[in-house]
Amino acid sequence: MTVKEVADRLGFTLLAGEESYEREVESVYCCDLLSFVMGRAPADSAWVTVMGNVNAMAVSTLADTACIVLAEGAALDAQAKEKADQNGIAVLGSRQPVYETARAIDRLIGG
Amino acid sequence: MSDTIRLEYEVPGDDFTRAGEASSDVKRLLKKLGVAPGAVRRVAIALYEGEINLAIHGGGGQIVVEVSPEEVSMVLSDQGPGIPNIELAMQEGWSTAPDSVRNLGFGAGMGLPNMKRNADEMTIESEVGVGTTVRMTVRVA
Repeated sequence: MTVKEVADRLGFTLLAGEESYEREVESVYCCDLLSFVMGRAPADSAWVTVMGNVNAMAVSTLADTACIVLAEGAALDAQAKEKADQNGIAVLGSRQPVYETARAIDRLIGG
Repeated sequence: MSDTIRLEYEVPGDDFTRAGEASSDVKRLLKKLGVAPGAVRRVAIALYEGEINLAIHGGGGQIVVEVSPEEVSMVLSDQGPGIPNIELAMQEGWSTAPDSVRNLGFGAGMGLPNMKRNADEMTIESEVGVGTTVRMTVRVA
């Protein structure tokens, strides 16, 4: 299922990185510590976090996640949005907590 | 004509918005060269962790990357405070990063272990008060 389909079906907001809205989401990963994410997030995963800063965007690019999902209504700061748009990093926004957000994605993609 | 591509980067100290430029640049190059995605990811992760270490601990530093058809070699050097106990620094979870850095999502004590896990070879030379040099190789062929 694509990033955009996940957003549409679960009512997530599309925040940045339109270029990657058609990427396939293969799994879900949750963590806020960037070094953990770097080492352990699977490629093509939906990464659920509350870190909406420019470093999170860099980590998403390098770990090659399908998208970032900012849970709890966490903000995507202006610099991070610019970087996400420049580098085609899809960022979605969810009002739900991290667990509920990840669980909903997992159910949807049949994980 | 040499088959090796050499790239050099200067990493500023304490500037976490610019850390990641070298690893993103190298990642783009390797993808363009058709290197296998798994190897590209390992280089990108190892180099980004190194860049963050230079920014957090080294007060900035230099990176030299050499890409050959067989391997990517990376040398990261700083003239920072050095690592008093390398064995301890290599332990997952051991961190001397300040709270300001932890608030950004770094400083979990995963940097050097992540680098070692992703590189095929890694050596650290460090002298307190002089600086640190980390050498890593990732085989791509």
